[in-house]
Amino acid sequence: MKYAFSFLVVIVLIVVAGLGSQIQGMQYVFGVALPYLAILVFAGGFIYRVVQWAKSPVPFPIQTTCGQAASLDFIKQNKLECPNTTSEVVARMILEIVTFRSLFRNTKSEIHEGPQLTYESSKWLWVFSLMFHYSFLLIIIRHMRLFLDPAPFWMAWIEFGDGIFQVGAPNAYITDATILMAIVYLFGRRIINRHVKYISLINDFFPLVLIFGIACTGILMRYFLRTDVDILAIKRLAVGLVTFSPVIGVKIGAIFYIHLFLVSTLLIYFPFSKLMHMGGVFLSPTRNLKNNSRAVRHINPWNPDIKPHSYAGYEDEFREFMVDAGIPVEKELPVEKG
Amino acid sequence: MAVPKLEQLSKSVVQGPSLATGAIPTRDWMDIPVVFKEGNFAYPAKKEKVEYLNSQKGLHFPNAREWSPEHDDWKLPENWKEIILAGLKERLEKFRSLKIFMDCCVRCGACADKCHFFLGTGDPKNMPVLRAELLRSVYRNDFTLAGKIMGRMAGAREMTVGVLKEWFMYSYQCTECRRCSVFCPYGIDTAEVTMMIRELLHLVGVGINWILEPASNSNRTGNHMGLQPHTFKDNVDFLADDIENLTGIRVNHSFNRKGAEVLFITPSADVFAEPGLYTAMGYLLLFEAIGLDYTWSTYASEGGNFGLFTNNELMKKLNAKMYAEAKRLGVKYIIGGECGHMWRVLHQYMDTMNGPADFLETPVSSITGTRFTNAASTKMVHISEFTADLIKHGKIKLDKSRNSHVKATYHDSCNPARAMGLMDEPRYILDHVVDWVEMPENTIREQTFCCGSGTGLNTDEIMELRMRAGLPRANAVKYVHDKKGVNMLSCVCAIDRATLTSLMNYWNPDVRVCGVSELVGNALVIDGETRGDLDDGLRTML
Ligand code: HEM
Ligand code: SF4
Ligand code: SF4
Repeated sequence: MKYAFSFLVVIVLIVVAGLGSQIQGMQYVFGVALPYLAILVFAGGFIYRVVQWAKSPVPFPIQTTCGQAASLDFIKQNKLECPNTTSEVVARMILEIVTFRSLFRNTKSEIHEGPQLTYESSKWLWVFSLMFHYSFLLIIIRHMRLFLDPAPFWMAWIEFGDGIFQVGAPNAYITDATILMAIVYLFGRRIINRHVKYISLINDFFPLVLIFGIACTGILMRYFLRTDVDILAIKRLAVGLVTFSPVIGVKIGAIFYIHLFLVSTLLIYFPFSKLMHMGGVFLSPTRNLKNNSRAVRHINPWNPDIKPHSYAGYEDEFREFMVDAGIPVEKELPVEKG
Repeated sequence: MAVPKLEQLSKSVVQGPSLATGAIPTRDWMDIPVVFKEGNFAYPAKKEKVEYLNSQKGLHFPNAREWSPEHDDWKLPENWKEIILAGLKERLEKFRSLKIFMDCCVRCGACADKCHFFLGTGDPKNMPVLRAELLRSVYRNDFTLAGKIMGRMAGAREMTVGVLKEWFMYSYQCTECRRCSVFCPYGIDTAEVTMMIRELLHLVGVGINWILEPASNSNRTGNHMGLQPHTFKDNVDFLADDIENLTGIRVNHSFNRKGAEVLFITPSADVFAEPGLYTAMGYLLLFEAIGLDYTWSTYASEGGNFGLFTNNELMKKLNAKMYAEAKRLGVKYIIGGECGHMWRVLHQYMDTMNGPADFLETPVSSITGTRFTNAASTKMVHISEFTADLIKHGKIKLDKSRNSHVKATYHDSCNPARAMGLMDEPRYILDHVVDWVEMPENTIREQTFCCGSGTGLNTDEIMELRMRAGLPRANAVKYVHDKKGVNMLSCVCAIDRATLTSLMNYWNPDVRVCGVSELVGNALVIDGETRGDLDDGLRTML
């Protein structure tokens, strides 16, 4: 149901862009106005969200320690999993962000007759998540050639690497295949894995389907509908967009407008969605704090003024017992009048 | 409610979701209401306990009343919904963690089967991600644009009494163990979400007695058990007598003594009940062996802090006694006994809440000269750090053969492992005092499984739930019991000593539970002792 709905929405988006862009004058809306709007919403929204997060303080040092802490000199600290200095934290964060280290730990639990519980290493989610994100990243970088004129020299290396398997002409990119595979896996587990199926929301299916749509239209454009699109006109529009002098060429096909419209939708959707995990992961207090909370005092800006139940109050209540038991007191018992 | 027979429960956990917890997944989780019945909830806090706490300066525990989760009407305040939503808004502004955790979850499910409550009950709402969604759905509805516009389509739902009841059920089926947070790609810590939900529930007078009664005891008498000063002293004195009978050593201990070098604080459970008593005997013997100049306190006679399971204000108030007492007595630093949640508070909260402790000195062991720079600011050292250092410097004499009746394994308590990084110090000690083996890899260190009854859930009325939640831990112990002949489960946590004992009695009756310091006490060789052959260590009946 939820995924069907996501497909439906994406199909509607495709139809809107496909038909809309054929109406005289609408090319400007789809090719120029919407992309500008999308960039604005994305950038503004993204910054807004990060600022909102940053506005709330981190009152307590709640690092999750995943290894031995720095303690006695003969006990070996696990610097990556239990960082004690800023550079160790940076190393931990880089590993989280670049290699998805926490996801790498993943296990699959099973309960067998007995009962007997087993935990097997399970790396598929990690593999396909990495595949998805790196494909996505490389595709974005590759797209820069459209906007930059002349394309920077390192662009050629990436394209060379990505196209190394030389399939067909034009060269097929590995990332085009891997992103589709990864999406199919991520989507598939949402309808097959019983845990993930039960927790998935439309919010989880929609971005996957949308990105799937973007990738498919891109691939169609590049490999199959070559004759319908004029790459030079697209490049002119793209360069025009970044130099604020966009020109709409006549021969830009509908498929391009569909692709661009889906991308614009993704950009607009981004700041309001879970895709913000991209920014949030940097700010997560369980990962980005040092585990030195006993050595250096962490400050809570709203630390409330609360005093303990006082010793004086305690002694007043129990003084007689204390004196009887020979426990030292601050104030002796009043001398009894004879 | 009677706990099911072992065979019955053993089948039931394999077969999946249990009615005991109130849910079977046939419909979307939002459409499944919770059902409370005897056995699946911990009893609500007694009216007078709530009233007492509410009367204390700096605390807010409104709406004291008699009520039962089984009744339809929970006697919430008229404007309960505004209170909850305003409380949520306030907490979003106070805790970045809450905001980030509400916004960033991608529902990848990596955390789903990491929770011992989920493994033991099969209830989908015990998957950490879904536990957090219980709050997140309300957050979406009232605090996000997408939720406001799209409602349920975007995973949002309105705050209702039904939702509140669901919060109560599932925030008290989470032991805030943080295992989920280890596996989440963004470090989302469902324990933090549970803490927030519990704080919110207290705003409308929903809390459990097993937490609020010890907390109010602790405030008044200094400890959870409600031991008054003379009783506390008597209990420790009894232990000293037992030690003398067993070893011929008369230990020198004192209470509320000004000018001592060290203040020693441990959970009061250690001086109250087996098997913690033997751990306390271990402390007494150790300090005697090295001639430490230290004192106990009856005012700060509780290491544990049930405020952690309640709200940050109560946590602060209870914790504040430690520094207040250290200052009054004029000690140089504090040593803390074996306890899990206690050490979460000491390591991650105490200095922030009640520091700076500039009237104390950076702890230096007067026996070895070691400066504990890792505690330079809190001035509080863990007994395992302290002991490991003594062993390293050869300052105590240990005879491993005195533990030859023991084949141990080691349970990492959740908090020392995942909120402190204390893992190898206890292991170092064990290496020197006993023959021991590790449990399987995915059940120890940062991946350790909770005892299943932490955060104030070790109350008898939910015994079936506790035995289910403790199953992953018990099962790993069973593995080393069957394969390696383990007969003792050692740990550094007072709550564990109580809860694991029930857990072992149920799942692995041949395995006993002890504190690491008990094993140290067993092995200690002290000048002048007249120790006979103690075939059960400090537990030997004479
Ligand atoms: C930095 C650390 C990051 C981690 C650990 C991470 C992890 C994940 C994971 C586990 C998923 C869920 C896959 C699923 O649906 O089951 C996901 C989805 C996604 N992430 Fe990331 N991500 C990171 C950064 C980023 C960045 C920088 C972007 C930039 C665009 C991004 C964009 C996406 C998108 C578009 C999806 C797929 C949509 C979806 O599944 O709903 N992520 N990420
Ligand atoms: S592991 Fe983290 S991101 Fe994934 S579902 Fe659990 S809480 Fe959400
Ligand atoms: S903190 Fe522990 S008990 Fe709570 S949801 Fe996470 S794994 Fe489960």
